[in-house]
Amino acid sequence: MVDTLVNVGFGALVLTFLTSLYGVGAALYAYFKKQNRWLDSARNAMMLSFPLLTIAASMIVILLVQNHFEVGYVAQVTSRSMPNYLKVTALWGGQPGSLVFWSWLMSIFATAIALRDWKRDREFLPWVIVVVLVTLAFFLLLGIFFENPFRRLWLTPGGSVETLFLRPAGATLYVPADGQGLNPLLRHPGMIIHPPMQYLGFVSFVIPYAFAMAALITGRTDARWIKITRKWTLWAWLFLSMGLVLGMRWAYDVLGWGGYWGWDPVENAALMPWLAATPFLHSVMIQEKRGQLKRWNMFLVILTYDLMIFGTFLVRSGVLSSVHSFAQSAIGPLFFAFIAITFVASIYLLSRRWGELHTETRMSSWLSREGFFLINNLLFIGILVVVFVGVIYPIMTEALGFVGDIFPSMRATFTGQKVTVGPSYYERATGPLWAGLLFVMGVCPLAAWGSSTWKSLGKNLWRPAAFSVVLPVVLIVTGMRNWLAILAFWLVALVGAVTLYEFYKGAAARSRRSGTNFFVELWNLVARNRRRYGGYMIHFGIILMALGVVGIEMFQTETQKTVELGESISLGDYSITYDSLAEFDTADNRNVSRAVVSVFKDGDKVDELYPRRDYFYESRQQMTIPGLRSTMEDDFYIILVDWQPISTQRATFKIFHNPLVNWLWIGSFILIAGTLVAAWPEREVEKMPLVAKDRRASVRT
Amino acid sequence: MESLGQYEQQPAEKGGNMKFIVGGLVILAAVVYLIVSSTTAGAQYFFTVDELFAKGEEAVDTPARVSGAVLGDTIDYDAETLTLRFTVAHMPADNEILEAEGGLAMALNQAVNDPTRQHLNVVYYGVMPDLLQNEAQAIMTGRLGDDGVFYADELLLKCPTRYDEAAPDQAS
Repeated sequence: MVDTLVNVGFGALVLTFLTSLYGVGAALYAYFKKQNRWLDSARNAMMLSFPLLTIAASMIVILLVQNHFEVGYVAQVTSRSMPNYLKVTALWGGQPGSLVFWSWLMSIFATAIALRDWKRDREFLPWVIVVVLVTLAFFLLLGIFFENPFRRLWLTPGGSVETLFLRPAGATLYVPADGQGLNPLLRHPGMIIHPPMQYLGFVSFVIPYAFAMAALITGRTDARWIKITRKWTLWAWLFLSMGLVLGMRWAYDVLGWGGYWGWDPVENAALMPWLAATPFLHSVMIQEKRGQLKRWNMFLVILTYDLMIFGTFLVRSGVLSSVHSFAQSAIGPLFFAFIAITFVASIYLLSRRWGELHTETRMSSWLSREGFFLINNLLFIGILVVVFVGVIYPIMTEALGFVGDIFPSMRATFTGQKVTVGPSYYERATGPLWAGLLFVMGVCPLAAWGSSTWKSLGKNLWRPAAFSVVLPVVLIVTGMRNWLAILAFWLVALVGAVTLYEFYKGAAARSRRSGTNFFVELWNLVARNRRRYGGYMIHFGIILMALGVVGIEMFQTETQKTVELGESISLGDYSITYDSLAEFDTADNRNVSRAVVSVFKDGDKVDELYPRRDYFYESRQQMTIPGLRSTMEDDFYIILVDWQPISTQRATFKIFHNPLVNWLWIGSFILIAGTLVAAWPEREVEKMPLVAKDRRASVRT
Repeated sequence: MESLGQYEQQPAEKGGNMKFIVGGLVILAAVVYLIVSSTTAGAQYFFTVDELFAKGEEAVDTPARVSGAVLGDTIDYDAETLTLRFTVAHMPADNEILEAEGGLAMALNQAVNDPTRQHLNVVYYGVMPDLLQNEAQAIMTGRLGDDGVFYADELLLKCPTRYDEAAPDQAS
């Protein structure tokens, strides 16, 4: 039984790898020999990857669910006591399974892109196939030769247990009685959906990159590749954003330090592709509208693709010390080589078309819409550079030690030792850039394409600006003296006012013209300009998230204390009373210590919370689950730190008060809704006249 | 798609490139300034236990990050004062050496069981981390006191979980 599952799964994996290589060859042959038959064959090969990888992934899932612990991966990530849904999600609970899962997601996109209507873009097809299948083949290569999930455990005559695919001479199959179980930290709804979302975001960015490369190679360098991939990019961005938010929520719920973002290398690895993709989403609009920034867009899509691979590499290679890098393996150099080759090749292709990618109109003013977009791009890339420097800083300082050897006067700076930078570096260096981005986000929608003047900008801005001043004034009057926070709140109010005013202005104008109800016209306004107003919804989501970030970053308070049963701890307006504590075993092999705590606000009992600590017998690991009371105004977050045996009845609690943090999650829902509004497919027929107009505007003579 | 009619194309002005170059340079300069000023404020040196002791007096009171293998028997936690004391043994930081020693789990095991390794006493005030156990890798951020004890402000722990070592008894 196990033999069959293992052989079928591994066979499917190898077959997909060979099919991918065949597809690449066939597509190249079709392109150079102008053979349409071969192109069709290459396309079929690309579509075949999905059923084949579905078989491979299903075999792993069956092995996981049926407790086949003689398979090393199964023993590593599952145990008998885990419920079935967790066993299924263990597919992405470790490195070998993750690689297959990654490839499977990639194959879904490969099939979807193969099935689109290629009539108008047939010249792109061979190169899209080549790029997609080369990427897929690379990940399959890792899965087959280095991180094979189908390796079994063998007891050698020498008495040691080896993890190998083929039986070593004289060895017998080793079947552990039970597996180690999924890392308890990963047993959380956020962590179950987070990796698929993150991977989907990563994987879907292969598509815009593939089209960009196809455009560079074929020389069809107009905005067509951008038009085709516009929606793909939005979906990719949506998945990336959801991956980040889910990761933040997981950290907040599970890691038990009262925060949501620790500037950990792996968090940064997930953030960096987002930091390149977001300016890309904006600057493609400039290319579509004005025919500018063509080379820049190419550069951004290349950067996003390689940062995506780099992100996967950081998570999966253990190159940097991090709470996340539970995966250590030898595949690092391969990842690095793949990134280097694709980056150099892409830049070479870009340089070949450099002359053809010249701008069609000149940018004339910083105050124009495209001027603000440019600032937005520079600020995003600025943040990206800050984060990138932070991530590679330890490697950089170690590698740059020779500078200190050559110039003894600089030895203090270039010591050749690993130097890391903590969260304070990231907060300090990116804070002003984030603030700048918020400001640009507020002003940009008011500026006209082509050029704006201070006067026209001022005319549009004064109403929302005047309105936005109300918030800081109220804050100052009520006694707030944290000027940085007041500035941040003002920015949030400004952008919020501008964004809502845009909706109001558009709907009111339509309503006046047509005489219909304002809200009906608001609906029509968004429905007719989904990309634009979806974008504004995203902006509105972002400012709500900013509100949450300002709240927790600038106003978080905490305390910790050891108390007897019945004693209280107070923090600000809140206080808690320690009521009881119980220890018990659960059916799924956990020992739970659960405290009951009453929460009082201004003396009135408002809630009862149950902070607890789970001990997992199989993996011998503990997990701290906070008690959380969440309202629009603030979060009250209690961690059970420690407790004494029943006789003494005392326990230690750590309490956090996190003002406004709920808006971070609420904002992220609006962001997702806005992206869906902008990205939801529409019939191409409707857009035909507009496409024709855009194309006319971008035709060069 | 845009229906509000405010986007008519206007003829581009000539010779307007200079202000974009200057503006771009200003943003670039700001980013460079932020990076440089923030790294000097937030930099921490990354040492192994041996490297930290080799620094001698120089290492005292310098912000540093040290990694070592946790000795399980030495873990002592006072929940009253939230004081956590433990000792770590020297372990190599270089990934290649770690691989040569058979991976992180093996390297940690060797470090803990090798009496010739240098040991560093650590004090940390706060919540006892869930992952603190024998043969965990501890990455501590803090300062070395002049009493030779490392005072950590931040404590990260990594526990390699590898089935080939921790695999329980085989089913018959």
